[in-house]
Amino acid sequence: MSAQHFENPEITFHPDHSGGTKKIWKIFWVLSALTIIELALGYFLYAKHGQLGAATVLSTKVVIGILTLAKAYYIVSVFMHLGDEIRNLIMTIVVPLVLFVWFIIAFLADGNSWKNLRNTRGKSRTYQTEEVSKEAVESHK
Amino acid sequence: MGSTAIPTGTKWWSGGKSPFNVSYGKVMMWYFLMSDAFTFGAFLISYGTIRFSVNNWADPNHVFNSFPFAGHANLPLAFVSLMTFILIFSSVTMVLAVHEGHQMNKKGVEKYMILTIIGGAAFLGCQAWEWTHLLTGEHVAMLGDGTLSVLPTTVKMNPWGAALSHTEMVDALQKTSHEQLVAIANTLHHGAESAHHAAAASLTNQELINQIASSEIHATHTGPIAFGGYFFGITGFHGFHVFSGVIINIVMYLKTKLGHFEQRGHYEMIEKAGLYWHFVDLVWVFVFLCFYLV
Repeated sequence: MSAQHFENPEITFHPDHSGGTKKIWKIFWVLSALTIIELALGYFLYAKHGQLGAATVLSTKVVIGILTLAKAYYIVSVFMHLGDEIRNLIMTIVVPLVLFVWFIIAFLADGNSWKNLRNTRGKSRTYQTEEVSKEAVESHK
Repeated sequence: MGSTAIPTGTKWWSGGKSPFNVSYGKVMMWYFLMSDAFTFGAFLISYGTIRFSVNNWADPNHVFNSFPFAGHANLPLAFVSLMTFILIFSSVTMVLAVHEGHQMNKKGVEKYMILTIIGGAAFLGCQAWEWTHLLTGEHVAMLGDGTLSVLPTTVKMNPWGAALSHTEMVDALQKTSHEQLVAIANTLHHGAESAHHAAAASLTNQELINQIASSEIHATHTGPIAFGGYFFGITGFHGFHVFSGVIINIVMYLKTKLGHFEQRGHYEMIEKAGLYWHFVDLVWVFVFLCFYLV
């Protein structure tokens, strides 16, 4: 059991992988704990459904979203070893993903605007969405 | 960075070496995963846009509240938690396989690859159960024409709208055809012998309506049709990634078993397969968030 050796001239140095599995198990427990907290918050939203103000619901969902991003960070940084790579590689992966920030804001705002346009504004017109059609039900049988 | 020191004054961009200090194959795996992240991101954001655009999106706690062998028990979040932990655990066994590869320990790589493959297969089994449960479900919902029907969840049908009040349901029952009333009455006798089913057909409409109205049936409005398409489309695309990941992992296991990587002197292929497998777990974290949690 000797350490692996590459004969690849492209690679200048190898990250040190001689450490044990302690960190891996630590991250496993971190991910599990974050998931359990998410589930607890999700269950809280379910159990208190209809009793919470819109602001409480929204902020709970935002917290769940932040916990999800934390999980994503640990998976990418430790399990995928991106944290062990050099800065050049990290930046070429992470910087393009910043596009998601605008992508999410723009499209969710668009969806919200669409909903406002659908809604009735004092019943001056009817709220319309697609309904399940009779034909779909008939053809399913 | 751990204890590794970057050689000072390294000129990364002057040629002769990878400016990212990794092999070509690994850089390309990262770029593939990045493009795949944009694909999944586009799907999920599209789902979010449509979900934001309607008043009555399905409540995940109503749609996903069942568990194998638990009958009609109301268990929101339970089954998806199981699926999530299966995938997290198979990610851990994968990273342990990569670790054993760094130590050039062939037996260790084999053991952890087997465990990872089992985890992936278990996840796919769960997903197959969940899809079957939705596609063969029987929910009484009111269509646009005001009649009641028995609907499953498919890409064309979504029975997960707001609940009907008892009076609304009774009104809708009056308009419903005999055939549909029989179908609804039959959902009341789940697991009962077929004699019950034959009996329902011979009842009059009014007898059926009385039977249904006095039962503990939950009837709903239909919900936005897009729900099924997004759910089956996105979880299906993710499930296909899991499936191809399991295939890749099986190939990697066999190549390890045959000693290919030992001869090569390194287990970098295990690392690349591992990157793909962790990505599958990473996507699930977001699918879990968007479809089940919020």
